[in-house]
Amino acid sequence: MIATLVDIKKAAAPKVAHSHFDEKHVLHDLRHYLPTQMPLKDFIHHNSLHAFQHMKFYDGIFKASDAFGYQVTIPLDEYRELYNINRIREDVLEKIIAGRKGAGNVELWKKKVLTEQYDDCTSPRIGRLRSEWKKLYEIDLDGLVHPMLFRILCSYIDQGIATWQFPHGGTGLLSALRELEQSSFTSFFKTKRAKQMLLSGKCNLRDLLKIVVGNEAFFEQYIFDQQFSHRGWSGMVATIEHQPETLYDKRIISLRDLITFELLLEIDALDAAFGTNWLPLANVTNTSPVSLFEDTTSTELREVLMIWQDAFEWSYYDEVFAAIATDKKQTPSGSGKSFQALFCIDERECSLRRYVEQVDAECETFGTPGFFGVEFYYQPENGKFYDKVCPAPVTPEYLIKEFEVKEKREHEAFYTKETNTFFTGTLLSFVFGIWAALRLALNIFRPKMSPAISNAFTHMQKHSKLTIENEGPGHSEHGLQVGFKIEEMAARVEGVLRSIGLIKDFAPIVYAIAHGSSSANNPHHGAHDCGACFGKPGSVNARVFAFMANHPKVRTILRERNIDIPAETLFIGGMHDTAADHIEFYDDEATGVKHADYHKSNRIMFERALDLNAKERSRRFASINTKGSLSQVRKAIKDRSVSFFEPRPELGHGTNSLCIVGRRSLTSGLFLDRRAFLNSYDYRTDPEGTLLAGIMRPLGPVCGGINLEYYFSRVDNVKLGAGTKLPHNVMGLVGVANGCDGDLLPGLPLQMIEVHDPVRLMLIVEQFPDVVLKTIQSDSAMYEWYIKEWVHLSVIHPETHKFHYFKNGEFVEYTPLSKKVGEISDVTAVIESANAMKTNRTADATRENLPVFTLAKNNKN
Amino acid sequence: MNQFIGFFCLLPLLGYLVSLCIPRLKESAIATVVIGTIGIHLSALVSFISYWMIIGRPVLDKKQMVIHSTGNIEIALDFYMDNTTAVFALVGSVLALLVTIFSRYYIHRDGGYKRFFVTIMLFFLGYNLLIFSGNYETLFAGWEILGVCTFLLVSFYRDRYLPVKNSMKVISIYRLGDICLVLAMWMSHHMWHSNIMFHQFSDAALISHHFQEHYGEAMFISFLIFIAAAVKSAQLPFSSWLPRAMEGPTSSSAIFYGSLSVHIGVFLLLRTYPYWEHVAAVKLAIIFTGIITSVISINFAKQQSALKAQIAYSSIAQIGLMFVEVALGFHTLALMHFAGNAFLRTYQLLVSPSVQSYLVHNMVFNFAPKRQSSPGSPWYRWSSSLYMLSLKELNLDNLLKRFLWDPFKWIGKSVGIISHKVMSVSMVVIFIAGLGAFYFIAYVPESVLTVLPEIISLSGMLLILRSFTERESALYAWLHVFAGQVFTTLAIALHNEAYTHTSMSIYLGSTFIAAIPGYLVLRKMRKIDNNIDLDRYHGYAYEQPKLGVIFLLASLGIAGLPITPAFIGIDLLFSHIHKSEEVLILSTSVSIIFIELSVLRIYSRIFMGQHKKPNHAIAYRSS
Repeated sequence: MIATLVDIKKAAAPKVAHSHFDEKHVLHDLRHYLPTQMPLKDFIHHNSLHAFQHMKFYDGIFKASDAFGYQVTIPLDEYRELYNINRIREDVLEKIIAGRKGAGNVELWKKKVLTEQYDDCTSPRIGRLRSEWKKLYEIDLDGLVHPMLFRILCSYIDQGIATWQFPHGGTGLLSALRELEQSSFTSFFKTKRAKQMLLSGKCNLRDLLKIVVGNEAFFEQYIFDQQFSHRGWSGMVATIEHQPETLYDKRIISLRDLITFELLLEIDALDAAFGTNWLPLANVTNTSPVSLFEDTTSTELREVLMIWQDAFEWSYYDEVFAAIATDKKQTPSGSGKSFQALFCIDERECSLRRYVEQVDAECETFGTPGFFGVEFYYQPENGKFYDKVCPAPVTPEYLIKEFEVKEKREHEAFYTKETNTFFTGTLLSFVFGIWAALRLALNIFRPKMSPAISNAFTHMQKHSKLTIENEGPGHSEHGLQVGFKIEEMAARVEGVLRSIGLIKDFAPIVYAIAHGSSSANNPHHGAHDCGACFGKPGSVNARVFAFMANHPKVRTILRERNIDIPAETLFIGGMHDTAADHIEFYDDEATGVKHADYHKSNRIMFERALDLNAKERSRRFASINTKGSLSQVRKAIKDRSVSFFEPRPELGHGTNSLCIVGRRSLTSGLFLDRRAFLNSYDYRTDPEGTLLAGIMRPLGPVCGGINLEYYFSRVDNVKLGAGTKLPHNVMGLVGVANGCDGDLLPGLPLQMIEVHDPVRLMLIVEQFPDVVLKTIQSDSAMYEWYIKEWVHLSVIHPETHKFHYFKNGEFVEYTPLSKKVGEISDVTAVIESANAMKTNRTADATRENLPVFTLAKNNKN
Repeated sequence: MNQFIGFFCLLPLLGYLVSLCIPRLKESAIATVVIGTIGIHLSALVSFISYWMIIGRPVLDKKQMVIHSTGNIEIALDFYMDNTTAVFALVGSVLALLVTIFSRYYIHRDGGYKRFFVTIMLFFLGYNLLIFSGNYETLFAGWEILGVCTFLLVSFYRDRYLPVKNSMKVISIYRLGDICLVLAMWMSHHMWHSNIMFHQFSDAALISHHFQEHYGEAMFISFLIFIAAAVKSAQLPFSSWLPRAMEGPTSSSAIFYGSLSVHIGVFLLLRTYPYWEHVAAVKLAIIFTGIITSVISINFAKQQSALKAQIAYSSIAQIGLMFVEVALGFHTLALMHFAGNAFLRTYQLLVSPSVQSYLVHNMVFNFAPKRQSSPGSPWYRWSSSLYMLSLKELNLDNLLKRFLWDPFKWIGKSVGIISHKVMSVSMVVIFIAGLGAFYFIAYVPESVLTVLPEIISLSGMLLILRSFTERESALYAWLHVFAGQVFTTLAIALHNEAYTHTSMSIYLGSTFIAAIPGYLVLRKMRKIDNNIDLDRYHGYAYEQPKLGVIFLLASLGIAGLPITPAFIGIDLLFSHIHKSEEVLILSTSVSIIFIELSVLRIYSRIFMGQHKKPNHAIAYRSS
């Protein structure tokens, strides 16, 4: 498509791929390389290049680039710009070069890295074969086939936009199409042959490919070319095929059906243009079959890019290491804690925890994955479906049901489909017209929550009840046990408390604060909710966890296991809305006089912390004056989350780059600019690393997945990301596309990744290196993340306080180049004077990201 | 009172010019100027209309400026106001204000922030010019500005394939409406022997007198107006452009295709109603089209699973009903219907992304699997067929292409077979013959004089069609357009001796002035990249944005954008064709349609689409 003819001839190495076509094998491979994003309601972050994860990071990304033409790093000139503004440090760059090229070659490579000009054009292998149609037949097959194919697919999968459903019969795409063709006076086909093949059922892939492609040696390449010309739809079809439960309104569809139908449409288009006597593509082309994934050639440019990327990453990590190594003179507080709070490890809670601790120096905060160790399906009252609310790989066996909901579910009159009908549509365009203008004006000038807005707090109603305790054998639905048995509860509570090291010194109140996100006009809202809760708000989990931990029988069992939770300790569940900066607590009304008092004063404290958190977040929002008063800023933040005109209600995981597993004392005196996932862990309680394995297993897929999805959406926002949100059009309630006849767009939209520096995640564990090594080696899937360098891993030795970086299978000591990082006494002043990006190119946008600071002890509120 | 109307067009012009001067990254300043201008516009409008209502809603008319005058041809900027204008102005101003405020943060940090606001401002100017127009010429100026803005906003994301492709699709259907208006103007000029003002329409006696005398012509004009309205309001069979126009930012789709732009057809019908109300055939045609469109596009809407397309078809259905209301004379109803529909669809489009979470949430509580109709029922065959037809949108998109554009492409391609050499020589011969005849007109026999203009005009048309289908050299295509213009002008000059040197020089001069920078840009581009053939998109706006702007201006100049003298030139050109000259009028019309399409095609091929150098992130062709 992009390369010129000469390039193609040169590049087409005569390496025969699979001269024998194995359909099952090819479809399996194809699915492996297609995007695996689920329908938008179940947004789960994952490594966009998961198919290359078995290779080392750089090998994998460059192979992906060769095959599919993705940009996999930022452009060379932007690295150089980053160097010029000192975002990439000279000493780090030199160290990286010395490490990669030898100390003697530093000057030589530094010159190359800084000034050498390279030809940076790529010509991917994908699409080459099918581009021959245009070259040899002067026919634009994509242009002829795609619009109709996409419309049929979207209509078939549609979950509820159309009022008139595809007559599908529940037996699969091809048979539905066959039935439709049979039973109507018109046809999707213009010519006879293709239609006849569909109707007669004589349309297996091999036969069709014989007609279109001819030579079997080209089949695999052709299918890849064809499906990757609309990877969004193909990926969606493959995902639904393998996880049909992701759709509420089930559809049977398969990649095979899609390819078959697409080949039929191609035959139809070719027949319509040339009659039936055209030659298959392989018979006329003089190219040879190309294997998409043959070895990548290493170029000097790529060497240079690797050096730059490493230098970019280490310029930041080095600073972080130096900061953690700084003695922060934190006085260890006594055992008399005012309260304890468990937050999700999410890096968006990083700043809130800092402010909570700042406002109340006596409290203690912890980080743990936001599903709080309780895995189940959740069914809201009158809900027709079960929603999974736990990490993606887990398949729960429990069901939690909501009942006695007091709040009335509100409707949004404007979303009635009646506006699409003849008579009511007419009537409504009179009635709704003026009302619509008023509503629009109101939302612009006075934004407020409405049923049209996705509200994290309607996931579970505050005043509802939950079936948390199982009532004995037989209390189950659809094979799921309703609620948990006492022993099951105890195991889960114990698991969480032990993993974060909270097994004694309980405060009077322990909060479990989940998170969710409210936003308006945002099809990607699921990407802002809790990743540990399957892209849903975590309110139910927090409430269930608190209930379990409060249960007297659970406490009895825990006491037997040496976790003695005093009777006067109360657990309260809550949820933080990360967009609106609002916290709601659950079951906190009838808590006894003493607790009520504590809770009341704690709530005031939380409000104060939220004010400060809102202020910190506001610095990145153009619509808010950060220098305004706390209450003004807080209101503006809240308004933002319910404004239809705001494509950035929050910035999600943008800028995430660290994951720190250890005690809070490692990070409590640091300003990390909301970039760190924080998982509490006390090495002292886990000498063998048994707890650590449980903690680290999900960190790769969850935090690594988030980080890499942001990385790739950032470096190639239009191929691996979803591009700008502004023209997005909701397709069939499963995805978004540009305009009305574009391909589905998996990945993250521009507005979410603008602030993100594309660096890999650095995981820092506070534990002895040999324990960590043993832990990661215990599970090959977990080990792959680190040994293949998709996530960096280092360990801070609890006794020597030295850093050890994991490289090539072993831990090597690392001494930070920076001796000291800046100290600040007033976060607010830093926030108020921070830079704002001029444009969203990485080299400009990064100026918004603040360096790591240590906080002086006399920190003002 | 009258002199104030012009203010409502002058103000947006001022705002437009000011917004042009603000640097690209000064988002706040850009938004403030645009929102401020529209805000002032709205408050002035409200005060003005209040006062106007108090004094009894008189029809206002003001001849603002005579731009050109020779003999019975007078081209003037004329403003006019009545109920229809008042409603359209108010709705337009309110919506423009709301949408620009909405966009202030919505478009934040988009590379095209300024481009967006400046284009919206230009659109607002065109819209006001159109609804306040007092004659066809002024109306046409506004109409053309709207067309250009549409092209620019559909292709807002110019570095992707589909927006660019669809913008060409939209503009080519629009062009059909344009030419209908031009022809209506032409015929009405010949009918009235002067340039008619809209306020004259209210003179029922005058109208009916003319109708009796020139029934055929009146019918012709009425039908052309009807087609122009149907095109602009996406009525069947021209409806397929509307969903495909939803490529720009949601807020621009909302104001353009949800509301203001798409209702212009209704406005045109309302404005010209007194004129065609006596022609039963036209009335029936309008009612018939309206009903058919309504019924059919409702089905399209029901079937659509792409949200914005669904809203588009629902809107089209309501507009169909408005056509019926206008034809039946229920104008107040039509105006209310317009206002309601415009507000509703704008709102629906603006909040369309939120439908995702609302409907999924709703599904959790209210989902019931739809019962599929069983194959046994007698209705099944019909419902299946209807479903498929709706899914295919009756194949209208393809049919339009096949029957409307492919014939012209075929002609262009056929001419393309002739080698450049043969072509050049024969064209030079024809041109010299024409020029000779023009200067020695007294010596040319009458018979030659009747045929020669036709030959020359047809040659001009062929040149332009050839340019439109040129796949290789952009420079050739550009020169062909220019040559085509010269031929067309020469043909008219030969055909009508009243077509003076002044008229000719207005047209040719401004075309020439536009052709030069265009030519230079293309030369420069060829130095930068040896291969700028028109067979593919090159996407040079990414690398050479400045050259892109210059070339766009040159293109609009050569095509006769309303701000250029060529615009008046086209008007004059037509008014010099006698009404019995079918060949001449036909070839000139085709030329005018394809001049714009051809130059915009050159522009889009070279400067828009995916950038050809794959050294940065480039979107897929399917996005």
